[in-house]
Amino acid sequence: MIKKNSWVQIKKVILNPEERAHNLPEATKKVPLLMWVKGYLLEDANIKDIVTVKTVTGRFESGELIEVNPAYLHTYGKFIPEIQLVDKMVKSALFGDDYNG
Amino acid sequence: MDNSYLSVMSRKNQIMQKSVGINYDQYESDYLNFDYEAMLSEGNFTIEEIRKIQNDFGVGNTPLKECKNIAALARKVSKPGYGARIFIKDEALNDSGSFKARRASISCYQAKKLGFKGVIAATSGNYGAAVASQAAKHGLKCIIVQECYDSFGIGQPEIIEKARACEAYGAEVVQLSVGPELFYKFLLLLEETGYFNASLYTPYGIMGIESLGQEIIEDCKIKTGKLPDMVVCTNAGGGNLTGTARGIIKSTDKKIEIVGSSVNLYGLHMADDNDFNKKSFTTGHTGFGLPFIINPDRSDVPRSAARALRYIDRYVTVNQGEVFFITEALSVLEGIERGPAGNTSLAAAFCLAQELKEDQIIIVQETEYTSAGKHHQAQLSFARENGICIYFGDPSDEIPGKSIVFPKSVDLIKAKDLDLVSIRKKYLQNQFSKTKVLSNKDLIFLAEETNTDINFVTEEAKKYDIKVEDAK
Repeated sequence: MIKKNSWVQIKKVILNPEERAHNLPEATKKVPLLMWVKGYLLEDANIKDIVTVKTVTGRFESGELIEVNPAYLHTYGKFIPEIQLVDKMVKSALFGDDYNG
Repeated sequence: MDNSYLSVMSRKNQIMQKSVGINYDQYESDYLNFDYEAMLSEGNFTIEEIRKIQNDFGVGNTPLKECKNIAALARKVSKPGYGARIFIKDEALNDSGSFKARRASISCYQAKKLGFKGVIAATSGNYGAAVASQAAKHGLKCIIVQECYDSFGIGQPEIIEKARACEAYGAEVVQLSVGPELFYKFLLLLEETGYFNASLYTPYGIMGIESLGQEIIEDCKIKTGKLPDMVVCTNAGGGNLTGTARGIIKSTDKKIEIVGSSVNLYGLHMADDNDFNKKSFTTGHTGFGLPFIINPDRSDVPRSAARALRYIDRYVTVNQGEVFFITEALSVLEGIERGPAGNTSLAAAFCLAQELKEDQIIIVQETEYTSAGKHHQAQLSFARENGICIYFGDPSDEIPGKSIVFPKSVDLIKAKDLDLVSIRKKYLQNQFSKTKVLSNKDLIFLAEETNTDINFVTEEAKKYDIKVEDAK
């Protein structure tokens, strides 16, 4: 059970495929337009319940509860070795072969 | 109230009018003409007042830095005596981390002055954080509407970071999946809240950048005793180039070449759910640059104040691999770690510098902050996860959505010229689709819009059987 007033994220279908704009590329046309919003949960609920939240600007939005205390988990990604080759290339070009090792 | 897609779109003009506090109709006349300069004086701000506001709110007066090592690298592959001095205006040091703070500063100032309780902006770029930061300073509520995820909920790392930044400045972020109907939700939010539309394309969004053009001229004089020969602007919606050029023109009589630069994303459809996460740049690319230069009024206000074709002297593209390469070079050769998208113009400048003499000056007029997600390492990692092939070779072999090609030697970094004459013709073709008749005033307007002359416009009009009224 997720308690009322918890900080959560919800997901909602804004437009179903048949309600979407005309002239969309095929891949976009066949999927719904989705929305994600964060806010404070108005009532106790469980993940996947349809709930209403109050956002930080005081608006109300309803949708499927998907996460509690949604975190920022984006990173610098996996290491890309090519970037180090760029370092070698530009340093050796400017400062000589010492940087080419 | 009927909130179906079609119904909301039909209320567009009325919602817009209320949300920007500008009556655009007053600037319209004849068949196509509108009074651009009169619109740009909306709010009666002088450039001095703009700079005062920006100074009061953590914006502007960013340092101009010479990239001596990058210029030295360019000289290694230039003809003897060639390879201009390269300077960057370190706009990442504005509050919120990009030049977009300049645009947001005037929008939020005006919103507060007009008595709005909050501001809304539709943007997946740095502008979101800029509006959120400026709104925080003015005690305004703020909603940022982003196109962020594909329909599987996979987010572009750069945009996810921008959402975090907006929330860090206290904004509400409404995130959407891919599609132009973002505008529909944007209109609904404007209607629901009655907030100010802090569009990138209002006169405020452009006049806020004029200070950047002016500072470039002043900084360059102080640092070098001379004026720049060329200024390179990353071009997407056109506002950056428009505002910078206007500021330059207001500050010097010298003709300085204004170059627009975009990342080449040819072949990727901006509204395609599959293509969305195959691009490694979410702004500063041709997917915005070309449609907006040909039809500036496709923006989220009735008349866009961003009209790049009026000011651009040359338009070049660079490839994703070249921009990532130069971003890394800026880090390891100059000790300045910045976000990749802002370095689009630096990649172009590296090549363009080789056309100019050693004592000439090129200014790259922006940088942007970097962070998790918003970093070439993160973007390249994401590209590799999405099956994009990353290798060293000739960047001109790069296929957007399939490969990212790092130059295998620095002489392969090439800014490629787009044909501006054909772009001007396409702009006119779009205008001619709206009317069968032109007045003399329209002719002058179109000549100004395309930075050409009446003869050029008249010759093009003939091809479309457009009649010119009162021709003298």
